[in-house]
Amino acid sequence: MESYLLAIAAVALIYVLLTLGLNLQYGFTGLINFGHVGFFALGAYASALLSLAGVPLVFCFVAAAVVPALASWPIGLISLRLRDDYLAIVTLGFSETVRLALTSEKWLTNGVQGIPAIPRLFAELGIGRVADYAVVATLLLANIGAVLVMLRIVRSPFGRMIEAIRDDEEAVLALGKDPARFKVQVLMIGAALAGIAGAFYAHYITYIVPEQFVPLVTFYVWMAMIMGGVGRISGAIVGAGLLMLFLEGSRFLRDFVPGISEVEMASVRLGVVGLALILFTLYRPQGLMGDFTRR
Amino acid sequence: MTLEVHNIGKSFGGFRALDQVSLGVPEGGLVGLIGPNGAGKSTLFSVISGFVAADEGTVKVDGRSLDGLAPPARVSAGLCRTFQVPREFRHLTVRENLMVAAPKQSGESLGRLFLQPARIRVEEEANRARVAEIIRFLKLDGVADSPSGTLSGGQKKLLELGRALMVEPKLILLDEPFAGVNPVLIAEIADHVRTLNARGIAFLIVEHNLDALARLVRHLYVMDRGRIMMAGEPDTVLADTRLLDAYMGGAVGP
Repeated sequence: MESYLLAIAAVALIYVLLTLGLNLQYGFTGLINFGHVGFFALGAYASALLSLAGVPLVFCFVAAAVVPALASWPIGLISLRLRDDYLAIVTLGFSETVRLALTSEKWLTNGVQGIPAIPRLFAELGIGRVADYAVVATLLLANIGAVLVMLRIVRSPFGRMIEAIRDDEEAVLALGKDPARFKVQVLMIGAALAGIAGAFYAHYITYIVPEQFVPLVTFYVWMAMIMGGVGRISGAIVGAGLLMLFLEGSRFLRDFVPGISEVEMASVRLGVVGLALILFTLYRPQGLMGDFTRR
Repeated sequence: MTLEVHNIGKSFGGFRALDQVSLGVPEGGLVGLIGPNGAGKSTLFSVISGFVAADEGTVKVDGRSLDGLAPPARVSAGLCRTFQVPREFRHLTVRENLMVAAPKQSGESLGRLFLQPARIRVEEEANRARVAEIIRFLKLDGVADSPSGTLSGGQKKLLELGRALMVEPKLILLDEPFAGVNPVLIAEIADHVRTLNARGIAFLIVEHNLDALARLVRHLYVMDRGRIMMAGEPDTVLADTRLLDAYMGGAVGP
C-alpha cells in the first residue's frame, strides 16, 4: 500500500508541474494550448536519450526544460499574431506531430517499441521504498521551486501584464506594449515546465513509448486546471490532486460495483473523470479554489 | 508636438472608408472630429495609431513620418489612443489597470524580475504614486480597488483616459469620450481634458455629442463618407447648413 501511495504521489506531483505550466499559459495569459503533452513528450525523450548516452542526470533535466522551450518558440512566433483559437489548433497539431515523429524516427527513438531501461533517479539507493521516497522528495522540491517561480512571476509587473493581455490584447498594444513578446515567453515557460515534468516521468517510469503521449494527457491537465481553479496557483495544485483522486479512486470502484471486468474498468474510469468534470462545471464552475474572475 | 495627416486613403474591399483625408493638430492643440456614423472617423483613428495600415498617405509627428510603424512605436513617438467601446482589463482593478500602462517597467522583463528585485520595488513604488495621483485627479478614488469590469460606462471612459495619461503622451486620440456617459460626468470629463490641455497635452477628439464637443475644442473637422468636408472654428462649422446635410443626407438619401 505504501509503495502504491508513493507512486500516486509521484504521478500527482508530475501532474502538478504540468498544470502549473498550463495555468500560466491559459489561466493567466489566455493562451489556449491543446498540445501540452507534446512538450511533456519532448522533455521525457530528451532526458531519456541523453541519460542513456551517459550524460549526468542534472544536465538531462536541463535539456528537458530547454528542448521543449525552444520547440515552443517558433510556434509562438508563427501563431501568436493569429486569433486565439488558432493557437489551440496549432498546438494540438504540434503535439500529434511530435508523437508521430517519435513513432517514425526509429533510429533515435526506437519507434513504437519505445525506450526501455531509462536510468532511475537515485539508482544508487537501489529499488525500493528509500529510493521512492527520495524521488517523491525531489519532485516535491521541484514543485515548491516551480510554485515559488510562478508566484514571483504572477505577482510582478510581468504577471500584471499577462493578465491584461488575457483581458484585452488590443488595449495592451494601444498602451505601447508588445503582447507578442510576453505571450512567447509564457509559452516557453509553460513548455519548459512540461518538459521537466516529462523528465521526471521518464526516469520514474523508466520505459517510455510514443503511445503514452496522446492528447488525452493534455486534456487531463486541462481537467485538473479547471477543477482546481483557472488562474490560481493553488488551483493547479488542488486540481492535480483531484484528478489523481478521480483517476485512481475509480480503480476501487470495482470493489463496490460488481460485474465490471478489467477491460471495462478503463472506460469506467474515463467515465468517472468525465462525470466529475461535468459536475464541477455545473456546480463549481470557478473551480475548487475559485478562479481569476473572483478575487 | 504637431500631428499632420496627409491624403490618407483606405479601402475595405470595394468600400472607400477614407479618401484623401488630411488634417492637422498643432502643438498643444484641442481639435474635434465629427461626422455621421460610418464617416470613417474611427478608421482614421486606427490609421493614425497604427492599428490599421493606410493604402496611401502619410501620418507625421513633428515632421517625422510614422508610416509602417506598429502601435507601440507610435506610442513611443508620443501618440496614445483610447477606444470607442472601453477596453478595460476587466478582471484587474482600476489601480492595476493604470499600473499596467506605466511605461518602461523593468518588471516586465523576466530576467530583471529575478536578478534586480530591488530596482523593481523602487520603480513600482514610483508608479504606484503616479497612479494614486491620477486616481485622485480623475476622482476614481471610490472604485480604485474594484475590478474595472464592474465600473459604469462613464467611469470606464475615465479609466481609459487615466491609462492614456500613465503613458505620458504628447497627444491623446480620444474616441467618443462622452458616449454613454451621464451629463454630470460629461462636464467632468470635459474639465479634465481642458486641464490636461492647459498642461500641454494635445487632443484630437472624435465625438457625436456636438454641443459638448463644440464647447470644448478650438478647431473642428467634419467628416462624411470618408472625406473631410469642412473645417473651421466650432461655432462657424455648427452654423453651416452643409453640416445638417451631411447628417441627414446620408440617412435620407438623394
